[in-house]
Amino acid sequence: MQNNYDLVIVGGGPAGLAAAEAARKNGIENMIILERDKELGGILNQCIHNGFGLHTFKEELTGPEYAQRFIDRVKELNIPYKLNTMVMDISEQKEVTIMNREEGLQKLQAKSVILAMGCRERPRGALNIPGYRPAGIYSAGTAQRLVNMEGFMPGREVVILGSGDIGLIMARRMTLEGAKVKVVAELMPYSGGLKRNIVQCLDDFGIPLKLSHTVIDIDGKERVKGITLAQVDGRGKPIPGTEEYYSCDTLLLSVGLIPENELSKEAGVELSPVTSGPVVNESLETSIPGVFACGNVLHVHDLVDFVSEEAAAAGKNAARYILGNKERISGDAEEKAIPIVPTEGVRYTVPSHIRVDGMEEQLKVRFRVGAVYSKCYVSVYLDGERIIHKRRPVMAPGEMEEILLKKEELREREGLAQITVKIEEA
Amino acid sequence: MYDVVIIGAGVSGTASARALSAYDLKICVVEKAEDVCCGTSKANSAIVHAGYDAKPGSLMAKLNVQGNKMMPKLAEELDVPFNPCGSLVVCRDDEDQEMLQELYDQGIANGVEGLKILNREETHAMEPNLADEVTAALWAPSAGVICPFQLNIAYAENACENGVEFRFDTEVQEIEKIEGGYRLNTENGPIETKVVVNAAGVHADKFHNMVSADHIHITPRRGDYCLLDKTAGDLVTRTIFQLPGKFGKGVLVSPTVHGNIIVGPTAIEQEDREATATTRDGLDQVISVSARSVKNVPIRQTITSFAGVRAHEDGGEFIIEELKDAKGFVDCAGIESPGLVSSPAVGEYVKEIVTGILNPARKADFKATRKGILDPKTLSEEERNALIKENPAYGNIICRCEKVTEGEILDAIHRPLGAKSLDGVKRRTRAGMGRCQSGFCSPRTMEILARELKKDMSEITKCGKGSGLIVGKNKELQ
Repeated sequence: MQNNYDLVIVGGGPAGLAAAEAARKNGIENMIILERDKELGGILNQCIHNGFGLHTFKEELTGPEYAQRFIDRVKELNIPYKLNTMVMDISEQKEVTIMNREEGLQKLQAKSVILAMGCRERPRGALNIPGYRPAGIYSAGTAQRLVNMEGFMPGREVVILGSGDIGLIMARRMTLEGAKVKVVAELMPYSGGLKRNIVQCLDDFGIPLKLSHTVIDIDGKERVKGITLAQVDGRGKPIPGTEEYYSCDTLLLSVGLIPENELSKEAGVELSPVTSGPVVNESLETSIPGVFACGNVLHVHDLVDFVSEEAAAAGKNAARYILGNKERISGDAEEKAIPIVPTEGVRYTVPSHIRVDGMEEQLKVRFRVGAVYSKCYVSVYLDGERIIHKRRPVMAPGEMEEILLKKEELREREGLAQITVKIEEA
Repeated sequence: MYDVVIIGAGVSGTASARALSAYDLKICVVEKAEDVCCGTSKANSAIVHAGYDAKPGSLMAKLNVQGNKMMPKLAEELDVPFNPCGSLVVCRDDEDQEMLQELYDQGIANGVEGLKILNREETHAMEPNLADEVTAALWAPSAGVICPFQLNIAYAENACENGVEFRFDTEVQEIEKIEGGYRLNTENGPIETKVVVNAAGVHADKFHNMVSADHIHITPRRGDYCLLDKTAGDLVTRTIFQLPGKFGKGVLVSPTVHGNIIVGPTAIEQEDREATATTRDGLDQVISVSARSVKNVPIRQTITSFAGVRAHEDGGEFIIEELKDAKGFVDCAGIESPGLVSSPAVGEYVKEIVTGILNPARKADFKATRKGILDPKTLSEEERNALIKENPAYGNIICRCEKVTEGEILDAIHRPLGAKSLDGVKRRTRAGMGRCQSGFCSPRTMEILARELKKDMSEITKCGKGSGLIVGKNKELQ
């Protein structure tokens, strides 16, 4: 068995696949994709609804179709991969310990590693929802797997907590399969999902969305019998007197996604407390030189198209790193990096710092806002000077935003200390 | 007719079953749930208390200290994870330091070894995350933490291997006195026995009162807990107690034997013996009270919260005795905290009483040891690879968070008294106990259960009757 690789890609979902393709096209031969599931494609395999690929392919695909296009490219390029293979550990020296049924525990030495592990759902415990702990409480993604991949219905009468995209998609899916979705409750005064999903998955099926509501009790000792919803005040506290009981046998939770960075953390990669993903520079390189991150493990995306785009950049940058341009990518003294400071409504940016020398001619900086804004401007300041002032009719935390920085523009400024991204009201 | 029927497969019932299985007796454990460890035994603090809390001279004090001393060897014999981490009872500047001295004196009277009162510096040096207001502590090096599930399961498996029969999903509805013993009418028909051991936890008073005119009364006392992710695991390295108030031992903050942090419990008296629902008030109380002893508890890293119901008898004492007005009926009742640590001694104590009644011979072939489910994480790389080569299922990770392999799950299902449900697998292997709380692994574990038990997916449950996970196949719902 081969144990030395130029590039090891952890995860064979959309991020890993796109990163692999880009790395190969940029000259990397000796590489491998490691996937823990029984097939490539990651979470897309259970996303059988359409709406994928509008940006990448200018057509509307289902999740498996979108994944297949990338799987086909990986196969055409003869990029090797291992399935049913768990990455147990990644060391700071880029030694990757893997395990599977056939080969047992093995150590792979990589010159470069791309982290593409995706994210996981927040469980009930993270919300500390009181009540019983019966059967019938599923995270929306688990229910999606059961219904779409295994053909099993987890329940008949459903309440959904959280209006993240998976929750909205599952409201429609459960309805189409004959279940009754009684209500979708959302703690925040706005939905965390895409507008189009609210329209197509709730409104079109007459499923009510209750904003500023949460589950305050779960009833049923063996199987869920019902849940109690209450309205919450501005600080998220339930308001007495607003309680409403819904009988149901199933509670689906769509209450947030967390980048899955246990491996990154053990490797010693610095993580952002805001995104729970690695802190990266313009090359999507983490605090460990030669370790790159992309996709939902870096920060949770709304659209897979942007995951693919980001991952392709990571793959290209990893190739540059491996092929000897190490100096340019990571050998640079980190003190030369210019921080991008998110402020006034901007929660974070990816990347969080830039070394101008490492940039392409244009660099996409992605970010999210912390609240709903209407008729506002996205502004970018180079030190004191505003260089971008883009009008936006509406911005919401559920939709990822982006700005473009030009290498030329940054290079012109000697001694640039800080780039600031903020929201300015009209 | 059985020689002994034990009602309840919790930690007291199974410890008694194991102790009695060393004798030539026909023994049966009847349990209303689908598995062992489904009541109070599965939802508690998992502390091996040192033994300074109970009143000197009480049975509780005696069995606690005895059980504590038996635990290290027992944990080894039964292959149960045990961490003798010690405990601190901390005292704040707004509390009476004399109470620490009283606890110390009580501990000495009870025979607890190694107790020491520490000053502020010594205390904070041991645990840097204690609240700044903590001024002193009682250090008990003999305390520890154990896996409550494994201990209960190990007792049962060991008893089973030594010939004890188990009947699950068998609720005792009525007990009548018959010639030479008792008839237990259960939902699955009558069972006759010479001796009854009543280890029915929160329901023990109900059975006691069926055969005795001298009634006892158990009050269910609910305790809510929060369990924190292993990433918070270094918050404290010893069990941190607060000075006892009038409702138990206050809120503790402790490492678990698997490296999580547990915070709790509350002590809420209630009517319903089965009501293990947490409440917002209860959880809020756990969180706010914990801050009195430990600062910056990262409560946002809670991965699950739960509640257990303790069987508090009005007398506040363990009741382990043959009833005067019902010969052959042995109570093992009122076993609240420190019931878990006391369990080895409770088992021995019950054994003394029952063998005193029946005078059985000791078995020559009693096997005192039990091997737990092999945890490949404890093996060297070479050993692990040899294991995977022999059985590839050990190379297949099912639970990503706790890195539990298919091999371990198969072992859990196929061993004596094996797992039949998702929770059964969880308590035996930790699959589903990690930070994602079974989001990833539950469908896969369900599939393995269905395959191995030759059942349909719709028959797979979370925890037995009524807790089905699937309501049908797609397009079948009407």
